[in-house]
Amino acid sequence: MAKVKLQVEHLHTVFTRDGKSTPVLEDISLEVGEGEFVCLLGPSGCGKSTLLSTMAGFLSPTSGEVKIDGEVVSGPDPRRIFVFQERGVFPWLTVEGNIAFGLFHLTRPEREQRVAHYIKMVGLEGFEKAYPPALSGGMKQRLEVARALAVNPDMLFLDEPFGALDSITRLIMRGELLRIWEAERKTIIFVTHDIDEAVQLADRVVVMSARPATIQQIVDIDIPHPRDISSSRYLELRDGIFRQIGLAHRI
Amino acid sequence: MIVRLRPIVLIAVLLVAWQVAVTWHPIHLLPTPWAVVGGIGDLLQHGLLLKYVVASLFRVTWGFVLGVVLAVPLGLVIGWNRRAEMAFNPLIQILRPISPLAWIPIAILWFGVGDLSAIFLIFLGCFFPLLLTAMNAVRGIPAVYLNAGRNFGLRPAALVSRVLFPAVIPQLIVGMRITLGVAWLVVVAAEMIAVNSGLGFLIVDARNAGNRYDLVVAGMVIIGVIGLLLDLGMRSLEQVKSLRWSYSED
Repeated sequence: MAKVKLQVEHLHTVFTRDGKSTPVLEDISLEVGEGEFVCLLGPSGCGKSTLLSTMAGFLSPTSGEVKIDGEVVSGPDPRRIFVFQERGVFPWLTVEGNIAFGLFHLTRPEREQRVAHYIKMVGLEGFEKAYPPALSGGMKQRLEVARALAVNPDMLFLDEPFGALDSITRLIMRGELLRIWEAERKTIIFVTHDIDEAVQLADRVVVMSARPATIQQIVDIDIPHPRDISSSRYLELRDGIFRQIGLAHRI
Repeated sequence: MIVRLRPIVLIAVLLVAWQVAVTWHPIHLLPTPWAVVGGIGDLLQHGLLLKYVVASLFRVTWGFVLGVVLAVPLGLVIGWNRRAEMAFNPLIQILRPISPLAWIPIAILWFGVGDLSAIFLIFLGCFFPLLLTAMNAVRGIPAVYLNAGRNFGLRPAALVSRVLFPAVIPQLIVGMRITLGVAWLVVVAAEMIAVNSGLGFLIVDARNAGNRYDLVVAGMVIIGVIGLLLDLGMRSLEQVKSLRWSYSED
């Protein structure tokens, strides 16, 4: 494996509400290499989004720690951007304004050049001056990815980014994300509840159990891109993960 | 075109009905529309119309602007800070239902009979609705926007100016529009008691000094028309593109 980018060490998270405590994450340990694409897979409500938010520094763990490049994560950082479902774009800014949002430290020409580059990369040419309410769900999602990439982060956290899109747009977006990942080689942690999505995208799939979440199994997806989703290896891996999920959640 | 004419036709029909009803009825309950037009003409001739309209707008402007300047920042701070909200909320909920008109005696005691009293009453009428609007607007900001702002490394001051402020603007504009309507209601009432100029004063004075009901209704019509114009002005603010978005569009 390449150089270790992210380490999660014995992470526990307990939510306390109205005096009742609910354990959400239980002893999670994980290492992710630089440039790796990892999917966290589990059903809704299992705690995978909590794990992602903790990695990104939005939540503090109850015990244990997250280290990135050897440093303990203590808050959000522009070197690693969290992409929400497309709701994260700012509706009061144009497409250009959204992409330029994190570029306030650059000079004007640098900023304009970078905005133009990412507008082209995500295929939003012609919509530079449009406001998000005028865009489709897929376009908003691409806009949010472009805004994240524009600050040149070395990690991306994606929380079910394509969950709200229709199935065709979702397929296209997966292809786009892989294309961008191959071009820029960011480390990507991608949360999903869709087994096919995980197997199509990831280098490794982390299968999580029901709450309190533990890591049930980590599956290496040893199929090169572009992946043939009817190949026997693909189906074998998918069915294996399906069985693991079944074991973990007793379906 | 016909759709646009519909309200005008309705008003014309009502005016005719009003004229006919007043002419036929033996007892004098209302001036006729013609008499009201005459009354407005009278006011114009004596230079009173413009003077009273300006006087009323002057008070509304000061009361409203003071309300915005004090209530909006305070509301944003209270709404942002959970502890401040817990501390202030009971007090706000006690003061809020008190009509600004109930403050009239105290306003006169503090500021005497004059513009200051009227402005103070309008300010009170604006303060609480604006305060609550600002508080709710801050609380309603979706966490994703604030998290995204933090993620891109914004310091607190930049987070306020680049995320918090634009996020609350649409709700603030709606709140300000409604509050300006309240201010216009309060100015008329305040002028009936605390001052001797303005449209509210015109109505009371026309009755007291010789039962000039044509002037009373003329005053009412002008109040209505100016209220409409104020509302149209605020609505045009809502049409500004970068302010027009709202959360509900997704």
